[in-house]
Amino acid sequence: MALVSIRNLTRIFDVSKPWLNRLIERRPKALLTAVSDVSFEIEERTVYALVGESGSGKSTIGKMLVGLLRPSDGNVDIRGIDLAHETDAARIESIRSDIQMIFQDPYASLNPRWRVRDIIAEPVAARGGDTVGLAERLLEQVGLSARDAGKFPHEFSGGQRQRICIARALASEPKLIVCDEPTSALDVSVQAQVLNLMSDLKDEFGLTYLFISHDLTVVQHMADRIGVLYLGRLVEEADPDTLFDTPRHPYTQMLLAAAPKLDGFGREVAPPQGEIPDPINPPPGCAFNPRCPLAAERCRTERPVLRDVGGSRVACHFAE
Amino acid sequence: MTTPILSIRDLTVDIPTRHGILRPVNGVSYDIAAGEILGVVGESGAGKSMAGNAVIGLLNPPAHISAGEIHLNGTRIDQLGRDAIRRLRGKEIGMVFQDPLTSLNPLLRIGDQLTETMLAHLDISQSDARKRAIAALEEVGIPGAAQRVDSYPHEFSGGMRQRVVIALALCAEPSLVIADEPTTALDVSVQAQIIALLKRLCRERGTAVMLITHDMGVIAEAADRVAVMYAGQLAELGPVREVLAAPIHPYTDGLMGSTPLASRGKDRLHQIPGAMPRLDALPAGCAFHPRCPYTQDDCKANPGPRIEDGAGRAACFHPIMREEVA
Repeated sequence: MALVSIRNLTRIFDVSKPWLNRLIERRPKALLTAVSDVSFEIEERTVYALVGESGSGKSTIGKMLVGLLRPSDGNVDIRGIDLAHETDAARIESIRSDIQMIFQDPYASLNPRWRVRDIIAEPVAARGGDTVGLAERLLEQVGLSARDAGKFPHEFSGGQRQRICIARALASEPKLIVCDEPTSALDVSVQAQVLNLMSDLKDEFGLTYLFISHDLTVVQHMADRIGVLYLGRLVEEADPDTLFDTPRHPYTQMLLAAAPKLDGFGREVAPPQGEIPDPINPPPGCAFNPRCPLAAERCRTERPVLRDVGGSRVACHFAE
Repeated sequence: MTTPILSIRDLTVDIPTRHGILRPVNGVSYDIAAGEILGVVGESGAGKSMAGNAVIGLLNPPAHISAGEIHLNGTRIDQLGRDAIRRLRGKEIGMVFQDPLTSLNPLLRIGDQLTETMLAHLDISQSDARKRAIAALEEVGIPGAAQRVDSYPHEFSGGMRQRVVIALALCAEPSLVIADEPTTALDVSVQAQIIALLKRLCRERGTAVMLITHDMGVIAEAADRVAVMYAGQLAELGPVREVLAAPIHPYTDGLMGSTPLASRGKDRLHQIPGAMPRLDALPAGCAFHPRCPYTQDDCKANPGPRIEDGAGRAACFHPIMREEVA
């Protein structure tokens, strides 16, 4: 059975102006659908990656998975327990410590007034667990020194801070770690160190990652399964080899063609047309139809459903 | 060979502090010819932006140029006064920064910002300036330029804003454009649009471009030549194909190896051990030697060699011999 199972997940944000403005200006409520009817499963001890451009809803899914946001509709089941709808407090508590998160900005996600020891031990201390020597042990596991436990976050570089964030995420011995752009703020050589560390820890502790990133190359390196998001909808899902060798959705094809290539010297590509549409008034039918080279009448009226095509799941009327 | 548009020789920037002098840029030399895109890559703190800011006279005091020369179109510009360099900025040197929202005045219409720049630097009338502003917006691919010229910056998306910034940088027809991480804040598909735009404009107008970025993929696709910086110094300089495909400086080699693009498959990424040294704790000898897999005794004893004339290849005592590998 899959560790995480997400079914028809939807999140709608109310971005309307205050009611008095709406009354005077006679405007309707503005609703932003950040995530729309997304379903996927994450197998235990695998890395599931969500890719997409800004506004595609990838971080919103991550936040709903760890319980930082409530879904507007749909379910997130982790080991068969739905955090948002479960009423039995004991069952909720039993999986809370199984889920941890690593954020993008290692400067903003560590309390500058706390010592590293307290930061790392907090997930355990908050539940009244035994924290003696815990931070020291974890620091060495992530490639820092046990002596660093007494220092403050400002004494570390960006890459080292991200290691501290990883150590904190490991403290409660989680099964699932949601990593939201964990290396986007880091330089290439530091990124390589952090990605290698994350792979090592995954094997050592039997972890499962939900890896959220906009960087296709990082995702290709890390993931066992990749979901491509566009405007809050899952448009394609496949394993990395299939996705990068035979992308089936026109959006995935466009994304792969646009990504800079290391050996693309002087490459002249026709740059992709248009931009992501306004999520408050998304186009009817397939959300990608205004930018799609294949778009036909059907695409403008009927929203394509995800269907199995040769090992991938694709939401396109024309994929084969 | 024709005179390069920009010629930097032995440029050194110092920041005096209470704990001694920091040197974020240390003896850097390179040229950019007309119609050429020079990519400047390096990790945070390598001094790539600092070198760019030195060229346009935008160093924040107490940082200052302590040695070296900068020539633009054959004229020395590093000793110009504040007013003289101000007249150069915008007229001779256009600038594109990372964040398009902070580069535009939120209270002024796009058209007013464009005409203001043109009126300040070119001898044209108000109505001509407006016509040229619309033409400039059309050239950078903004649909409905005649209407949108009266829009405010917040009415544009991030990619469109960066197009406006590029139009602004190019409207006075400068001979050099300094683009500092122009696509870092943008999505992949928009990034491809902006890079294609920069390349086209540079080719059509013969503008020299200094493209500062940390993204090797962007450099590979956009640049003609590339300068790799490490700890304030130039590590490797050369045609982009040669430097990226067959680097001879161990740092460039390590950097290329650690990009996930290069190591396709499930293996581990190549790691450069350690981190870039802080400016106040630079190692003696070659700045890269503590992390270098090929370090020998002379690397520890002597300060690293320099690329003096803007034409050399790698600043290394023991560059990787590609012939032997093959």
